[in-house]
Amino acid sequence: MAIERLLKDEATEEKGERARMASFVGAMAIADLVKTTLGPKGMDKILQSTGRGHNVTVTNDGATILKSLHIDNPAAKVLVDISKVQDDEVGDGTTSVVVLAGELLREAEKLIMSKIHPMTIIEGYRMAAECARNALLKRTTDNKEDPEKFRSDLLKIATTTLCSKILSQDKEHFAKLAVDAVLKLKGSTNLESIQIIKKAGGSLSDSFLDEGFILDKKIGIGQPKRIENARILVANTAMDTDKVKIYGARVRVDSMAKVAQIETAEKEKMREKVQKIVAHGINCFVNRQLIYNFPEELFADAGILAIEHADFDGIERLALVTGGEIASTFDNPESVKLGRCKLIEEIMIGEDKLIHFSGVDMGQACTIVLRGASSHVLDEAERSLHDALCVLSQTVNDSRVLYGGGWPEMVMTREVDELARRTPGKKSHAIEAFSRALQIIPTTIADNAGLDSAELISRLRAEHHNAASAAGIDVLSGTVGDMEKLGISEAFKVKQAVLLSATEAAEMILRVDEIISCAPGGGRTGCEYKP
Amino acid sequence: MALAFDEYGRPFIILKEQEQKTRLRGLEAQKANIAAGKAIARILRTSLGPKGMDKMLQSPDGDVTITNDGATILEQMDVDNQIAKLMVELSRSQDYEIGDGTTGVVVLAGALLEQAEKLLERGIHPIRVAEGYEMASRIAVEHMEKISQKFEFSITDAEPLVQTCSTTLSSKIVSRRKRDLAAIAVEAVLAVADLERKDVNLDLIKVEGKVGGKLEDTELIHGIIVDKDMSHPQMPKRIEDAKIAILTCPFEPPKPKTKHKVDIDTVEKFQTLRQQEQKYFDEMVQKCKDVGATLVICQWGFDDEANHLLMHRNLPAVRWVGGVELELIAIATGGRIVPRFQELTPEKLGRAGIVREKSFGTTKDRMLYIEQCANSRAVTIFIRGGNKMVIEETKRSIHDALCVARNLIRNNSIVYGGGSAEISCSIAVEAAADRHPGVEQYAIRSFAEALEYVPMALAENSGLQPIDTLTAVKAQQVKEKNPYCGIDCNDVGTNDMREQNVFETLIGKQQQILLATQVVKMILKIDDVITPSDF
Repeated sequence: MAIERLLKDEATEEKGERARMASFVGAMAIADLVKTTLGPKGMDKILQSTGRGHNVTVTNDGATILKSLHIDNPAAKVLVDISKVQDDEVGDGTTSVVVLAGELLREAEKLIMSKIHPMTIIEGYRMAAECARNALLKRTTDNKEDPEKFRSDLLKIATTTLCSKILSQDKEHFAKLAVDAVLKLKGSTNLESIQIIKKAGGSLSDSFLDEGFILDKKIGIGQPKRIENARILVANTAMDTDKVKIYGARVRVDSMAKVAQIETAEKEKMREKVQKIVAHGINCFVNRQLIYNFPEELFADAGILAIEHADFDGIERLALVTGGEIASTFDNPESVKLGRCKLIEEIMIGEDKLIHFSGVDMGQACTIVLRGASSHVLDEAERSLHDALCVLSQTVNDSRVLYGGGWPEMVMTREVDELARRTPGKKSHAIEAFSRALQIIPTTIADNAGLDSAELISRLRAEHHNAASAAGIDVLSGTVGDMEKLGISEAFKVKQAVLLSATEAAEMILRVDEIISCAPGGGRTGCEYKP
Repeated sequence: MALAFDEYGRPFIILKEQEQKTRLRGLEAQKANIAAGKAIARILRTSLGPKGMDKMLQSPDGDVTITNDGATILEQMDVDNQIAKLMVELSRSQDYEIGDGTTGVVVLAGALLEQAEKLLERGIHPIRVAEGYEMASRIAVEHMEKISQKFEFSITDAEPLVQTCSTTLSSKIVSRRKRDLAAIAVEAVLAVADLERKDVNLDLIKVEGKVGGKLEDTELIHGIIVDKDMSHPQMPKRIEDAKIAILTCPFEPPKPKTKHKVDIDTVEKFQTLRQQEQKYFDEMVQKCKDVGATLVICQWGFDDEANHLLMHRNLPAVRWVGGVELELIAIATGGRIVPRFQELTPEKLGRAGIVREKSFGTTKDRMLYIEQCANSRAVTIFIRGGNKMVIEETKRSIHDALCVARNLIRNNSIVYGGGSAEISCSIAVEAAADRHPGVEQYAIRSFAEALEYVPMALAENSGLQPIDTLTAVKAQQVKEKNPYCGIDCNDVGTNDMREQNVFETLIGKQQQILLATQVVKMILKIDDVITPSDF
């Protein structure tokens, strides 16, 4: 006897093979979608938003593409999720992780067709992932002790990361920018203190890293345009009308004269506040909030440069670079730490005036000014630079380095193949499948560059028969090359994250044998249509 | 809908809007109900055991959950059928009471229903079936008591506990790291356990998750984690020997609850008001400083000025800490939650050895660790993982493991897993059936058969031949008089579950049988289902 209905209206249920197929197809579709963006010759995608104005984004950053997609397939969502996490955690490899996970699932599908149970496949994948990770661990190089070599490692990593992006034309230039910026952080992974200012105009190669700090603000009228040996007070305080914070207070007067009196008292209050600020012996005052005309005038009179409405990030960074503290009360001038810098001046970038702080003590923050032809280019350049910065800052902490250009995948393939030969039972099929999936990354890189991938990969594999080989794909010349000589490197942390997250995601999707989707929306059924 | 007619052929109206309702009666009602119950059991059946598969559930707003925890699957399935809802509740009550075995109980109930259906077809009255089940369940529970063993462990030797927890975890997605997670769970439970009273308050264990990192980075923290950072970016990130003031009052001028207005009409008043305001802030901060606090944790926000004053007086502070966390911090640090500045005294401060801020990944995420607290009985399990789904699933798995450890501390009797207890019970019940006169004998025998469904499902999910394996194991149990033979799910090579170290708590198993029988009895007793028909 059939059950009338188990689930709520519009809820769907898919079981067994069908469920598995649905999730495989969804996951592979996502992987194929981003596949073409992989590698130095990867193509870009245009994303048009459905919102007002139909904003257009041009990018080849996997995470950005996937973030903007509206996806319904639950398995595809899992892949989008891992790509997002990869972005947050290491910053780069967002495409590779999706491609690898998709490929693992494609291989798994074939195995399932030949009647191997998903649990057996998972077991094999786990063994293979562990083995691959160990293979990589054995081959890492670590140059943390030697600052010269370490710097060159960083440069190589930055170049490798950037060469797949829009910045590839000027990759040496930007790699140097990124490395300098990251080394300034001295081991902190807080990328907030690297400020990126985008100004349209000029060409990408005009971009530069500034030692000091640039604030995208104008200097008030009648105030000094150039200050040497500046003493800076960084503040977060109301400089408009100082509100009375006591709850329920209001002003009630009965004559015009009293209004005038209160107004004077208010002005007096502001004047006092300004005087207190001036008493700190400063010649530059930066506030997070607005500064009204009246206090601004007072500052101008005292010969103090007052900058208003620097947003919160700006204030925090400024406090970091100049070493001052963010103040909100001004009663004890002797104990407030002031920020210092050698020179404050107004500079022009393109047509905009900016305030430039140079000669700062702490130097834990810096500014990168990006120039470019259009806002799309600038946005994409920022994303690319962000990727590079993320990878570099992670590498500073975990300085293990690998070669790039498909070398790590080939090393893993070799070890995993070895493992497959040693392992008895059905698991070995899954392990073999894992090694095939690993090869997809160099294959895709070659395919995207328009090279003969089959030929190249087989030659590469032959090279890697020799365990100590450093061979990888040299996309530029289209041959197999020595990665050490070509200076193509990647961070170990990124590769490890790609490997582990991709396996985890594939495993998760493989374990599913039933999909139950609830009715979308608040569960309103067709009742409303009834008259 | 069957209608009653009077002598002129006009229908009697018995129910309101009778023609709009569908009605099932008698055997038909029972069969429909059984079918619904079986359908739910069939969904969960494949999730049973260490090789069980997961279900992917998509919620109405599109969020995806992947799990094989029975209670979670049923909860999120959005079930409409009334009988199916009973099954959902069955799984939930097992979850509340025991915390583990939520899948098994549903599978067992499904099996009992399936057997009942056969009996009904043979014309046995449902009440007799229900009574037979009741008797059989009593026999099974008693037998289980007999084959149970005492489980020995102590604070110093927690190894047996760890092994039990890893059995629980082996059926989850985290089975890769089951050993580490089990060790973490056991350590957490032992830290909060009261071995004298044999009780564990799981509320003291907080399970936090944060996306990113690897499962391997999951750690146990003897203290509290708060997902907040210091209120001022330049406050110290590390405080040793912290004396913590826990406040539920904001660093803002007071807001009386009664409606009031302060009228300002002269310049003097304006100025006094201003001074008053500054004094408020000053006093508040000074008060905290005076009692010797070195860290302020506050439930509410701070005014900019108060924030700077705090920073200036070298008093780090955390704001917007949630109520639950605040309570946990108070318990852990032995402090008192202070609702007013006036009531702040040195005795009310909490103490912690170390408070530090830690940042993660490339984003700005920071968390506050409060460790080495005065009262070491509050711990946090901090889970890291590749994505949100893994973390959620890990949370659920850890919860199961915690429950198992707690149950063992409460009552240390165990039975062996891998279906061995079910098979042994089945044999015992079958033997008892023959001695029973009356129609119930059939029901008791069916109960014995239903018990075999669980090991059968285990074998099936593990890719073994279900019937072959089950009969082999059963024969072995009878021949060797060894009630500890079970299904070798992990292909270890032995059927003796004592060697495999696979066991479950006695109360958990007993509860499963009792709950499943109760629900099945309830379903069998229904003989009339009246539902308003769809529009």
